[in-house]
Amino acid sequence: MSGTKKLGLRQRYEHMTRGLDWETTYQPMDKVFPYDQFEGIKIKDWSAWEDPFRLTMDAYWKFQAEKERKLYAVLDSFAQNNGQTGISDARYANVLKLFLTGVSPLEYAAHRGFAFTGRHLRGSGTRVACQMQSIDELRHVQTQIHTISHFNKYFDGLSEFPHMHDRVWYLSVPKSFFDDARTAGPFEFMIAVGFSFEYVLTNLLFVPFMSGAAYNGDMSTVTFGFSAQSDESRHMTLGIEVIKFLLEQHPDNLPIVQKWVDKWFWRGHRLLGIVAMMMDYMLPKKVMSWKEAWDIYFTEAGGALFQDLARYGLKMPKGAEIATAEAEHISHQNWCTFYQYTHAAPFHTWMPDNEHLDWLSEKYPNTFDKYYRPRWEQWAKMDKEGKRFYNGALVQLCQTCQIPMVYTEPGDPNTICFRETQHGGQRYHFCSDGCKDIFDNEPEKYIQAWMPVQQIFQGNCGGPTVPDVLNWYNLKFGVDNMDYAGSPDEALWNEWHADKVKAAS
Amino acid sequence: MSVQIKTINLEPKRHTFAHIARRFGEDKPASRYQEATYDVQATENFHYKPLWEPEFWQYDLGKTAVKMADWYKPMDPRQYYYATYNIARANMNQAVERNFTFVDDRGLLTKASGEAQAAIKHGLLPLRHLHWGSNMNMSEACHRGYGTAVTAPFMFSAMDHLGIAQIISRIGLVLDGQTGASLDEAKQSWLFDPMWQETRKLIEDTFVERDWFALFTAQALGVNGVLFAMYYKAMEPAWKDAGMPVSLISEFMTDWLTDESRWSDAVIKTVAAESEDNKALISGWAKNGIVRAVAAAKPLSAALLGDNGAAAEAAGAAALKKAAGLGLVI
Repeated sequence: MSGTKKLGLRQRYEHMTRGLDWETTYQPMDKVFPYDQFEGIKIKDWSAWEDPFRLTMDAYWKFQAEKERKLYAVLDSFAQNNGQTGISDARYANVLKLFLTGVSPLEYAAHRGFAFTGRHLRGSGTRVACQMQSIDELRHVQTQIHTISHFNKYFDGLSEFPHMHDRVWYLSVPKSFFDDARTAGPFEFMIAVGFSFEYVLTNLLFVPFMSGAAYNGDMSTVTFGFSAQSDESRHMTLGIEVIKFLLEQHPDNLPIVQKWVDKWFWRGHRLLGIVAMMMDYMLPKKVMSWKEAWDIYFTEAGGALFQDLARYGLKMPKGAEIATAEAEHISHQNWCTFYQYTHAAPFHTWMPDNEHLDWLSEKYPNTFDKYYRPRWEQWAKMDKEGKRFYNGALVQLCQTCQIPMVYTEPGDPNTICFRETQHGGQRYHFCSDGCKDIFDNEPEKYIQAWMPVQQIFQGNCGGPTVPDVLNWYNLKFGVDNMDYAGSPDEALWNEWHADKVKAAS
Repeated sequence: MSVQIKTINLEPKRHTFAHIARRFGEDKPASRYQEATYDVQATENFHYKPLWEPEFWQYDLGKTAVKMADWYKPMDPRQYYYATYNIARANMNQAVERNFTFVDDRGLLTKASGEAQAAIKHGLLPLRHLHWGSNMNMSEACHRGYGTAVTAPFMFSAMDHLGIAQIISRIGLVLDGQTGASLDEAKQSWLFDPMWQETRKLIEDTFVERDWFALFTAQALGVNGVLFAMYYKAMEPAWKDAGMPVSLISEFMTDWLTDESRWSDAVIKTVAAESEDNKALISGWAKNGIVRAVAAAKPLSAALLGDNGAAAEAAGAAALKKAAGLGLVI
């Protein structure tokens, strides 16, 4: 191993990390690492692991401390100067509501998940990389809370974020996604979160939120975004190293990994529907359309990635073509759903105005005028007549992704897509072939899902009526929910704005 | 005279998040530590049982035998969240860099006697493996524990152990002229030298402990409280004429030990004070952890200090005294 020659950087780093490890003899290794065999992944040689980055703790503390000093200086200054009054429009705050209730808790789940793989994967080089990601993810949830804390002082719908993440119907979509990853074995977790989420999809989740912040005058959140960028790059290199390592280690790993890539791509695609809706409908100043983002970050970048991985025999995830076709529809179908259920979600909705409709027509020439513009125009007409459309029925949910069954058949946007499976004498419903396949591969896992609508019917959510359930969510009616027009957020924004106009005149 | 810049004061609708106001019993401003910590972990309506441990949810109160009405009671007196933790460690680490430069420039380790160098190689460098084992334990406690108030500091502690293992590794690299030969030798000592085997057995046994609070107690009061305390407080004479430079470089570790104990003592004290059952359980774990750590430390202090194990006994007595101060009955 070492001789009399001075160590290169790489060997020095290996001494500082994997060199610390040893084969236990007083306790059997299989008892010390009880979880890394059952998934069927075969690792012949952990020492072939290529460290994706070489960061010793002294450097880590130094860099991260510098980043934190700068970030918190900006957060303090944003608060001191009432930066919240300078955002593009108060509607933007709803993006932060979506983020804090739906995304930040996932960062936390990732923190604990990487603590698991950082302890339980047998390769010590891999463990060190996972531990750094674990503590980074803790950084992300904590800095996000601190960034949005100032908005919480002025805007509604943010103040119950952990409570809502555990209870609100649509938040079971992101929650079940991460619960699924957390409860999988350590290798599947790495493919689900490290590869599929961090590497393949991060540009479609993290980046749109942060660019949205930049475009809409939220200097606080975008500074967090810039500050987290170098962490995200590290996470991406870990994600790509993991998949290459698994595929290089043994040919038997390929079908297992392919199945995971298929599953997590589809679950990720479903989860990203909320980002699609955020980009196309919720940002007062738009960055780009969801379709454009999908084309750049999935079709092009993802395409190149899977071409590169083809040498290992890995194929494009199953369902990629359908997902690409759905990029023309998903944001519209989602915002239509929240518009109808505005009473049941802790953020505000609004009808796109004419300028916004024109933008959507331009960005979605194949679908918007044909399928969605007429719907908005009809609802606008009803609203004008004092008959704003609310959907009072509880919806059927997909057993896998837990999204209401609102998506349409591939190639037929006028027919809702229904799939079903019989299992153990029960019938389970799905929004797509992708979700049905995931269930059929692991029915014993997905039959356990805590399905919000079924739970309401079973009497586990505060009571049988909508007000009972909203109360159980700690959702304040007329404050946290309903249309932006007429909301306390709007009233406060107008008050600030009126003051500004007065001061100027 | 003071200068005061006027700023526009907008009256906030609320001062903190609702879950925190409920804990305070009123809406008042919360610290960044509190907002980053309270109720951040999910607590209910989980979807699937872990494939690797279907008897529990991923966050489950049943993974330790001690019971708390509220796992956000054992808070961190250091009030660490990610930023304050990293800034604290970056500051501590500045001294490490200065001290390494000081020692290196003057050749304080390389010019030390052969006897001193041998003692460091076989008596000190293997300690990096004990820190690595401790890193595994704290990662485990973070993954299996309950509530951000305790699990976040577990991960900070895990990273501390990794960082310290790397500082010790650097001592080896200074000694061997950056070849790594001393680290290879030290690993052989860790694996085969009889003076290390009780310690290695002790830490390997903790790897299979399933109760995360039992694991934390054994780590905090046994491994940290006896073995690391003995090393960082009483071992200087073992390094002979290199005692001063080793102590200089170990400044981070002495500071860390104080910092870590401040937190781990507070957690143990709070959880033990919750109920007689908790107190009895933790007292048992503490006793076992300390007794085993003393047995492991004895051959080391005997061999390195020639004291027949007196330093180990003294560290054990101090740990027992400390445990009593935390309300434990041993």
